[in-house]
Amino acid sequence: MQEKRLLKGNEAFAIAAINAGCRFYFGYPITPQNEVPEYMSRELKKVGGSFIQAESELASVNMAYGAASAGGRVLISSSSPGIALMQEGFSDLAVIQAPVVAINVMRSGPGIGGIQPGQADYFQVTRGGGNGDYHIIVYAPKSIQEACEMIYNAFDVADEYRNPVMICADGMLGQMMEPVCVPEPREAMKEEDIPAAKPWALTGHKNQRERNAINSVFLQQEVLEDFNMNVLAPKYEKAKKELPEAEIIDVEGAEVVFVSYGSTSRMAREAMEILKEEGIKVGLIRPKTLWPFPDFAFEQIGESTKHVIAVELSMGQMMQDVKLALNGRIPVSLINKVGGVLLDPEEIAERTKKIMEVR
Amino acid sequence: MKPVFEVTKGMREKVSHYCPGCTHGIAHRLIMEVLDERGQLGDAIGVSPVGCSIVAHQYLNVDMIEASHGRAPAVASGIKRVHPNSPVFTYQGDGDLASIGIGELIHAAGRGEKFCTFFINNAIYGMTGGQMAPTTLVGQKATTCVEGRTVEQAGNPLRICELLNTIDGAVYVERVSLHSPSAVRAAKKAIHRAFEVQEKGLGYAFVELLSTCPTNWGMTPVKATEWLKENMIPYYPVKQFKCPEEVK
Amino acid sequence: MAMQRIIVAGFGGQGVLLIGQLIAYSAMFDNKEVTWMPTYGPEMRGGTANCTVCVSDKPISSPVGATCDILVAMNGPSLEKFEPMLKPGGHLFINSSSVTIAPKRDDVQVHYVDTLGIAAGEIGNEKTTNMVMLGAMLRTCDIVNIDIIDKTLAYVMKGEKAKFIPDNKRAIMAWKEE
Repeated sequence: MQEKRLLKGNEAFAIAAINAGCRFYFGYPITPQNEVPEYMSRELKKVGGSFIQAESELASVNMAYGAASAGGRVLISSSSPGIALMQEGFSDLAVIQAPVVAINVMRSGPGIGGIQPGQADYFQVTRGGGNGDYHIIVYAPKSIQEACEMIYNAFDVADEYRNPVMICADGMLGQMMEPVCVPEPREAMKEEDIPAAKPWALTGHKNQRERNAINSVFLQQEVLEDFNMNVLAPKYEKAKKELPEAEIIDVEGAEVVFVSYGSTSRMAREAMEILKEEGIKVGLIRPKTLWPFPDFAFEQIGESTKHVIAVELSMGQMMQDVKLALNGRIPVSLINKVGGVLLDPEEIAERTKKIMEVR
Repeated sequence: MKPVFEVTKGMREKVSHYCPGCTHGIAHRLIMEVLDERGQLGDAIGVSPVGCSIVAHQYLNVDMIEASHGRAPAVASGIKRVHPNSPVFTYQGDGDLASIGIGELIHAAGRGEKFCTFFINNAIYGMTGGQMAPTTLVGQKATTCVEGRTVEQAGNPLRICELLNTIDGAVYVERVSLHSPSAVRAAKKAIHRAFEVQEKGLGYAFVELLSTCPTNWGMTPVKATEWLKENMIPYYPVKQFKCPEEVK
Repeated sequence: MAMQRIIVAGFGGQGVLLIGQLIAYSAMFDNKEVTWMPTYGPEMRGGTANCTVCVSDKPISSPVGATCDILVAMNGPSLEKFEPMLKPGGHLFINSSSVTIAPKRDDVQVHYVDTLGIAAGEIGNEKTTNMVMLGAMLRTCDIVNIDIIDKTLAYVMKGEKAKFIPDNKRAIMAWKEE
């Protein structure tokens, strides 16, 4: 890790990506993530990388599609409405199995919505916002520090799975400053090393191998079925076994268990302390991966738990995965704010007590 | 004995799905012949579009990727960043390039991207079954204008070379045709120049190839080439719009 | 130390975001937990700027909140807007060179700081008004060890900017409660 610095989230994300060996970035301005393209425009050229300010998010995701297919280590970033515009591209990236890392600095919606933090992209990013049976791997950091570590690792996960990986931050994490230690710089892959490391990539066949054809069109239904069932599905099954991560705090013996991710989980964590002082035993499950969802964490919820509460900045999108994970064992309630309004710990504590009274 | 005809080295030995009389086959061959003559088949990376040539990667014996509808110039821009010294080209039809993908086209040209685009203009949507394209001529019939395109309803057809001619980053812009042997020979020279522009790093190179679609035009192949000559060329003049001194 | 939430607000150009960042750097160098959060988006185009800094010994959940412990009001509109958020007993720093209205609260500790008078007079550098205010706040409230400020100044004013350190340091130490 590098020395501790006070960094704005968006800048820290960009530094972490460059340190991870990312050399290609394609972006389009949208609040609240603009410091990412701004930083990349200044810094990538200093390390031999390349930056394009694309004409739209549609173009930036397709530039990533080209650069990743050519063997480059690629980052794109945007915020919720821009991520929506990229969804066709995510479906394409998934089917051509392109390793691309995307940062979504989420804001409120629907529509153009607002520019304040939100978590209502949950369905968009975990359900496959584009067409077809595909998944992207989604991480949700709670702090700038954790975001840096997740971004740094995401490039390796993307390469290993040959799949797009998204980091879901939000306007709070993007805009705030916190002390952070960014992971140390790694050497980037050189162009001449791509053919050996990524034999599927577009490098020119040099008259030495069959030509590589990367395509997302399958006009014979049996071929597409075979691809979906025997290439994509096993990969997603492997991801479900290997990738789910969660932070689990005080769940054993808890009367109430909060489920909360990203920056909102920090408020839930503080609300736990408030309730603890009043003698209420509260636990927390914090999904660090949104897809695959950490179902395993919910096995730790025992008989003592009467209330599971999803705490999130949406109308209850993550709550659906909580319900699926619990499979009807325990009723699930929701504590939320939407539209860019944040939850504060005192309010979470108060609303928790109301939920406990009603039941 | 010296063979008088061989399979083009840059083409894979596959039966194509193109209709009889379609000029895609000629355009494919010309690009591959040029790359072969330039000794660049092993280095080239192509981007195919959505449209009839969606599976061009099945026929062209170079590394290829298929882009989603209209996005080929963005995809090629990304590829060129990773492999700045490889010859990169997009191959796009009129629906893909002039309609859904015109934003990516204009901005790739505006940035002066150092790749080539080969634009197949046959004035109709082929793959989806003959709908009106931005380049469909006034009066020309299509399945979404069965009585012929009208200015009132759809406006006049877009002239893409003329449009790109206003963009400084597009340093080489030429319109050629595939309706006759001599036109085909001229087209091949234009393709050569386009790759030359790219190799010299001069900027964006664009070649429009006027093409036929006998099936969706409802004509025999011979009649289609005549129709191209009589109707398309007057509206889309075969012309070199600009060419850098270095490749003239 | 319980968490201290500080709001610094004023016109763009008064250096309010920088005041907040210098508090944040100092807190980091003093090994405290800290967050700095600006307002962002269209409202920053309107000529006003503000940021929230949280400093604590424990991890900080939210970088913003409905209340604050300390308010630094560099201009009148900021005083009016944020005064209601100040907790009873909290510290209110008013830039008396710019603010002409009186505070409405009588349950908070009010400190008047003539930032321009001090910067232009004693320091002889009108550009140090924000440092006068920073120093007044840091030396009045127990946020960080004030000695840390030397490290902070050295960190943010490197190279060519290092020549500004002495004036800024004097400005930080200049204000005295009347």
